[in-house]
Amino acid sequence: MPTSSPLFPEAASTIAGRVDALYFFLIGLTVFFSVLIAGLIIYCAIRFRRRSPREVGQKMHAHYGLEATWTVIPLAITMFLFVWASRVYVEMVRPPDETLNIYVVGKQWMWKFQHLDGQREINELHVPVDRDVKLIATSEDVIHDFFVPAFRVKVDVIPGRYVSIWFRSTKAGRYRLFCAEYCGTKHSGMTGEVVVMDPPAYQAWLSGGATQQTLSEAGQQLFSDLACNTCHRADLKGRGPVLEGVFGQAVTLQSGEKVVADEAYIRESILNPAAKITAGYQPIMPTFQGQVSEEQLLALVEYVKSLHK
Amino acid sequence: MPHATAMPAHHYLNDGYGIKSWLLTRDHKRIALLYLAGVTFFFFVGGAFAVLIRLELATPAGDLVTDETYNKLFTMHGVMMVFFFLIPAIPAVLGNFLVPIMIGAKDLAFPKLNLASWYIYIIGGLFTLWALINGGVDTGWTFYTPFSTVSSTTNVVPTALGIFITGFSSILTGLNFIVTMHKMRAPGMTWFRMPLFLWATYATSLINVLGTPVIAITIALVAVERVFHFGFFDPRLGGDPVLFQHLFWFYSHPAVYIMVLPAMGVVSELVAAGCRKEVFGYRFVAFASLAIAVLGFLVWGHHMFVAGESVYAAMIFSILSFLVAIPSAVKVFNWTATMYRGSVSWETPMLYAYGFIGLFTIGGLTGLFLASIAVDVHVTDTYFIIAHFHYIMVGGTIMGYLGGLHFWWPKISGRLYNEALAKISAGIIFIGFNLTFFPQFVLGYLGMPRRYHAYPPDFQVLNVLSSAGASILGVGYLIPMIYLMWSLRYGRAAGANPWGAVGLEWTTTSPPPTENFEKMPTVTWDPYDYPAIKNAEHRLV
Repeated sequence: MPTSSPLFPEAASTIAGRVDALYFFLIGLTVFFSVLIAGLIIYCAIRFRRRSPREVGQKMHAHYGLEATWTVIPLAITMFLFVWASRVYVEMVRPPDETLNIYVVGKQWMWKFQHLDGQREINELHVPVDRDVKLIATSEDVIHDFFVPAFRVKVDVIPGRYVSIWFRSTKAGRYRLFCAEYCGTKHSGMTGEVVVMDPPAYQAWLSGGATQQTLSEAGQQLFSDLACNTCHRADLKGRGPVLEGVFGQAVTLQSGEKVVADEAYIRESILNPAAKITAGYQPIMPTFQGQVSEEQLLALVEYVKSLHK
Repeated sequence: MPHATAMPAHHYLNDGYGIKSWLLTRDHKRIALLYLAGVTFFFFVGGAFAVLIRLELATPAGDLVTDETYNKLFTMHGVMMVFFFLIPAIPAVLGNFLVPIMIGAKDLAFPKLNLASWYIYIIGGLFTLWALINGGVDTGWTFYTPFSTVSSTTNVVPTALGIFITGFSSILTGLNFIVTMHKMRAPGMTWFRMPLFLWATYATSLINVLGTPVIAITIALVAVERVFHFGFFDPRLGGDPVLFQHLFWFYSHPAVYIMVLPAMGVVSELVAAGCRKEVFGYRFVAFASLAIAVLGFLVWGHHMFVAGESVYAAMIFSILSFLVAIPSAVKVFNWTATMYRGSVSWETPMLYAYGFIGLFTIGGLTGLFLASIAVDVHVTDTYFIIAHFHYIMVGGTIMGYLGGLHFWWPKISGRLYNEALAKISAGIIFIGFNLTFFPQFVLGYLGMPRRYHAYPPDFQVLNVLSSAGASILGVGYLIPMIYLMWSLRYGRAAGANPWGAVGLEWTTTSPPPTENFEKMPTVTWDPYDYPAIKNAEHRLV
């Protein structure tokens, strides 16, 4: 899969063009100032070259106007760049409301993908073209980094956290996936491909796999296997908080503090239940640290997300 | 060039012979030479690792060394170059030699402490080298957690200990310089009569004293987590892996300025002497050094734009990173303006100054790509970063160091080197450098990640160019080793002031006497006061 040009990477996401525009502006700026400085140096080195061993330079006085000029111009240029780059960045990190969510688990030295419909993949990720795709990622061991150059997106995949990244690919094809954060011996082998497919092909791929549980069904199974359902009940009679409809809502804690029940909150509440106790409940839940894998956690998270009032 | 004279009868180099007169010396000039031996040794060790890295990367497949070995090679290259060459090189060699002479003092404030700094540096360096040879370490010089604390099975703790030890050498040298500059200036040597090299060294010393303890603590925490399983960084022990990055970069970004500020100071001296003219905007250049030192402490978060940093934190670090570019730009413009109507030299030190300004300009401007968050996201952890910081560290710091070494070599050794060879090797270094690192900018934007033992075949052409450049660069670095050593025995005597430069160091003999000046100077003139000296012709020669 050669890149489209030996000097410039293929652009295959909606954000890529905006990043490239900024990049080309920066190249123009760099060329302009480098040529300006190099040109002035060469000009002065020739024009004012020493002509006799005893010659000295002409004394010049400090010039506040000049100093102000070459302070203010770079300041203005950099502030312009700051605003421009920040706008693109905000768009890059804020996902749209409706996204196709896929979970990612990095481990030494492979990428594991978990689709909501139940498909699992390793080192290959199938996504539909022209859809907003959000990846929710974590790591089983050390820090990895999910990097797809053609999409111009990259995010560190950090153990103990959920990070997210989103993109909307613009053309079907196969694009390189790299681990960009050094993660040990086979770091350079932790690569893969993102396969962007036209909607019909994607549908065919989705239905092509053996019939299996969806991710939230797998979560539901675990939820009862681990006996979570004995305390977390929908009927208000459980010893734990009701989970139906909790996702995305603000939860009031014992301290009076309010936190939003997002993926990270649910994960923490499973692994370290005492960290944030919901107001009105006792800290009696046991920890599940070491008993559920990152992938099982994702299934549980997805199940809790699927619970509506 | 004025007529060379004979070597002076008495100078610091013939004031005592034998190994003891060197290893127990308290003379800052001899200690500078001890450091010169140390940093040169570690430079060539680090360089040898770089050669092996570039050889491996000449082909896409990981075929020359195993992946484990490759990971150790880039770690050892980074550790050796950063902690044992780039950080000490200019302050400990040129700074040690010049700080007392430039302010008109006999020595540093604490000569014994100065010798102790060298011993600490050498012990830390040899200890680290032993850890690297005896098994090595594969974490990268950045020691990111939790890889370094729970995953790596290599010599993390011994290497960390070596770096920890050497840090004290930086702290003590910084302290020594600060006290010396405050308390030991000659009569009449006011702050604004100090050469800009001293301003830069002062700013660097401040960072060393304030920043180095942070890296020492950070490294200690890594060792404690690794050995005793206290949870600082490992999430399974309740720690936060990103906390490490905050602590690490709180020192290691200012450390970039520890490495480049002294080179900027050297270049100010080279440009002034090379143009025989006061540095344009002297006070602006002086305060720019301090501004860089202060702002440099506030930009560490730009290393972590993709490491789960909040949008607002990222934007704050982005704007501060843009701001730190301004004083650097001010310096470049002032150096260039200095050349206007100067008496501009084409001698070797000035060639290095031209090289420095040009390459530092590119290095600095490519830094703007990284402060621009949206572009940084794409290029971070790719070869773009490698290219950028080598333009600063190699194109900037090493160019400045070599320029300074060539400029003050006649003062240090009392002898002249072969100018033709020196010019040729400066040219070879410039060409080799650009061929090595320019293709890496392109590779980085194409998406080639750093620290990759093997890579996709379509990246090969650019990698081969880079490896070819590295071999040219290596030759360029070996030639000065040879002719500088040669000059020690066969070079013509330089005389007190071979460049016709001003500055206290050029008023004393070459090499200077042990006490630096026969009669302690009183300063009545501004720095770089060339027209005044033209009027008093006798002081030029």
